[in-house]
Parts: sequence; C-alpha cells; structure tokens
Amino acid sequence: MPDHSLAPLLPLGGATPRRDTFAGLTITENPDVAIASVACRMGRDADLAKAAAALFGTALPVPGQMVAKGDWALFWTGPGQWMATAPFATHEDISRIVKAGLGDTASVTEQTDAWVRFDIDGARAPDMFERLCILDTRRMAAGSANRTMIEHLGTFVLCHRAGEAFSVLGPRSAAASLHHAHVAAAKSAI
Amino acid sequence: MIINHPLLGPRDSQEFIYLGDANLIERPDWQAANAVETFHDYLYLRDNPAGEHRELWYHEQGDRSWLVVTRNTVTHEISKVELARDVARSKGRSK
Repeated sequence: MPDHSLAPLLPLGGATPRRDTFAGLTITENPDVAIASVACRMGRDADLAKAAAALFGTALPVPGQMVAKGDWALFWTGPGQWMATAPFATHEDISRIVKAGLGDTASVTEQTDAWVRFDIDGARAPDMFERLCILDTRRMAAGSANRTMIEHLGTFVLCHRAGEAFSVLGPRSAAASLHHAHVAAAKSAI
Repeated sequence: MIINHPLLGPRDSQEFIYLGDANLIERPDWQAANAVETFHDYLYLRDNPAGEHRELWYHEQGDRSWLVVTRNTVTHEISKVELARDVARSKGRSK
C-alpha cells in the first residue's frame, strides 16, 4: 500500500467544521454523519419492516417523519424509501451495516459523501427558513422531515425541536452555494 | 392552487410539475399487431374536456411521487388525488 498522507477535507473545504453565529442563530457544518439510502424491493414491504425493526430497534418512519433510536436516525424520503443516518466515527461503512441487516428486502446505497449537513440552532431559525424555502418551519413539529427546494437545490429539512433546532441536508457538490444561501438569509433576517 | 397529496397532505401546486393526461400511464403493448395504430392514438389523441380531467402531476420538490389528479378544468377544483402507482396497480399492473 502506498503511504498517502492525504488530509480529508470537509464539504466546505476546511479542515474543521464551519460555524456561523448570529444573534439567536447558529449554522454549523456537521460532517459527523454517515448516510445510506434504503429502497424497499417490490412486494417486500412486510419483510423490510421486520428486518428494519430488528436492525434499527424501531419501526421505519411514516411519510414526512423521522425517528431516532440509539445511534440511528431514520427519515422518510418517498414511498418505500428512507435515509438511515448514524455517527460517522462508528458507522463509516454504514451501507454495509445496513445491507447486512436488511438483506434482499431492500436496496441500500451509500450516501455519506453525497450530502452536506448543516445544523441550524436558535429561536431565529424560522426567520431564516422563511427566506429560504416554502416549508412552514414555524409549524413543523419535532420529528418531521420534509424535502424542499432551497436555492434551487433539492434538500431535506429535519426538525429536531419545534421552532429552534433543524438540520438541512443538501448536495455536497453545491455545499458552498447552499451555505452562502443560509448565511445570506440569516444576515437579511437578523 | 393546493394539491392534497395522499401521503403528505395539502401542498402548494408550485411544488409540483404537470405532465398531462393521466392516460399517459396506459402505454400500449408495442408487440401487438395493431401497435402502430394504438401508439398513434396514445401519442396524439387527447380529450380536451371542459370539466373533470384526470391528469398526471409529479411532486418534484417533495417526495418525487407521481400523482393522478382529478381536476375540473373550468373551476380548477381538485376533487381527487391518488398515487399513480396505486392507480396502475388497481388495473392489474405490478410495476
């Protein structure tokens, strides 16, 4: 094996996560998430539900929702489709872990490096979101997960605590554009 | 205009993309003897009713599901929204 000493870069290009702080709002790049997508195979819904309950320790979330149990957080992305996330440090090979647990009931695809995740905290978060997307983040309940358009990019907005703690997952290849949109909206609101 | 998504509830129509007549999911059998005729009809012949119309909408900015929406072309009232998958399956198709 050649001895490469390559330094891993985060989605925004830095060595440490970017954090932007405003009065009542922080936007934090969160690279510590491994992600895999799960798509149910045709006619295997019941088998998948059983295998998923055994693997994740919880039932798969219903449309528009997210569930968390232990290391795992799952959210619904479409009919018969979910994203499974877990801490990167312990689940770097997340797709292999998920595939081993779900077998041939679902198709599993590695997604970790396809996404950038921003954690949005603070009571002013809805003021920023109302400038970014069509979702009514003031009315989003804790545990809801929705796909929406931010800066012309397909993104997922997860609500951890109503009105004050959210995560945004967007395409990593457009991480800087997505980050710029968040900061611009935050500056405009605060 | 609000489309009442069967899974996600009421959503603004700007989240959706319109495709056209719901008959587009009734693709003819290309191996049939009269395939040329049936494909001609499938491609070119559309009813253009002033009233109830079944059409395909795609939830592009949401969960990316295809919907069959029954809309009144005169009043824009939407009376029924179904998943296109369910409509196809109810006609005996498995995909």
